[in-house]
Amino acid sequence: MILANKAVENAADHAVAAAAANPPGITKLTENAELFVMMVLLTLLAAITLAIIRQRNMFGVVILAGIYSFLMASVMIILDAVDVAMTEASVGAGISTVVLLATLHLTQSIEYPQRRSVLIPFFISVVVGAALVWGTSGLPAFGAKTAPIHGHVAPTFIQYSADHKMPPNIVTAVLADFRGFDTLGEVTVVFTAGIGVLLLLQGGWRVTGNGRRSEDDDEQQGMDSSGGTA
Amino acid sequence: MKEAILEFAQHYNYFITIFLMISGLFIVIARGNLIKKLIGLSLFQTSVYLLYLTPAKIHNGTAPIYDYAYDTYSNPLPHVLMLTAIVVGVATLALGLALVVRIKEAYGTIEEDEIFSKDPEAE
Repeated sequence: MILANKAVENAADHAVAAAAANPPGITKLTENAELFVMMVLLTLLAAITLAIIRQRNMFGVVILAGIYSFLMASVMIILDAVDVAMTEASVGAGISTVVLLATLHLTQSIEYPQRRSVLIPFFISVVVGAALVWGTSGLPAFGAKTAPIHGHVAPTFIQYSADHKMPPNIVTAVLADFRGFDTLGEVTVVFTAGIGVLLLLQGGWRVTGNGRRSEDDDEQQGMDSSGGTA
Repeated sequence: MKEAILEFAQHYNYFITIFLMISGLFIVIARGNLIKKLIGLSLFQTSVYLLYLTPAKIHNGTAPIYDYAYDTYSNPLPHVLMLTAIVVGVATLALGLALVVRIKEAYGTIEEDEIFSKDPEAE
């Protein structure tokens, strides 16, 4: 908060410091280096995706998905989205991987070969992709300051949270203050999903093949993978 | 020629975003394993993160945290929206995987073809 206050008050110092942080000769080099590193990371992401499509061992797929999430977190750091990168690394690469591994333990870890043709899905994907690529031609260039997205509410958020001594991290200010109800809705969704998972996995809901609830399943609450009752 | 390369590099993010998106779509449609389908759905979601975060970046800007040395910050609003999306995404993934575990208990398999062959009503 003190930081935010001073940054707004000492406008002159601020400008001098900003100039010192970004000398003109360095900036072009930084831009290109950033773009280059990000293109490398994105290419790796695409390669990992192809591996996920081809891999039939589900354990391998889950580990590849974890690598994918960490690469995505690195890309997010270059895109200056540090909060999102931390969340992606902890939730996407951490919790998702653990949940997927637990599911593999409870089900099966091999994907059986396909019986039907993949031609139609491939065709649909290519058509959708071509339409989307055609749509990108109208989008602003990467990192352009004049892009429409920077013109509407974003400057207001930044200025207002500086003027009213909100937390120095603007993402926190927007998340907890401006869009607090949004966060409340998010918590509701997570709560509902948690209740759903508990109800689905708790046992006592198991039905036998002829539709009756079975009474002898109670000691099977550990949810072992042998519970195929169909 | 040089301009075409620059144009390509500046839109490279969007091309990869689209590639990830249609890969997720392809996995969801073409693969029969239910866990693989959910991973495909996650790929699709992750591509949307990239789609939102790419335009938020400003050259020579910094992460949206106040500091003396900077006066350009990247757009904080997409960051907030994507924070919400990540958390909701893992919640839906967990719910979907719990359903997969139940399907495995009920049918003994998580392959779509075999489930359909055991359940005539689904045809």
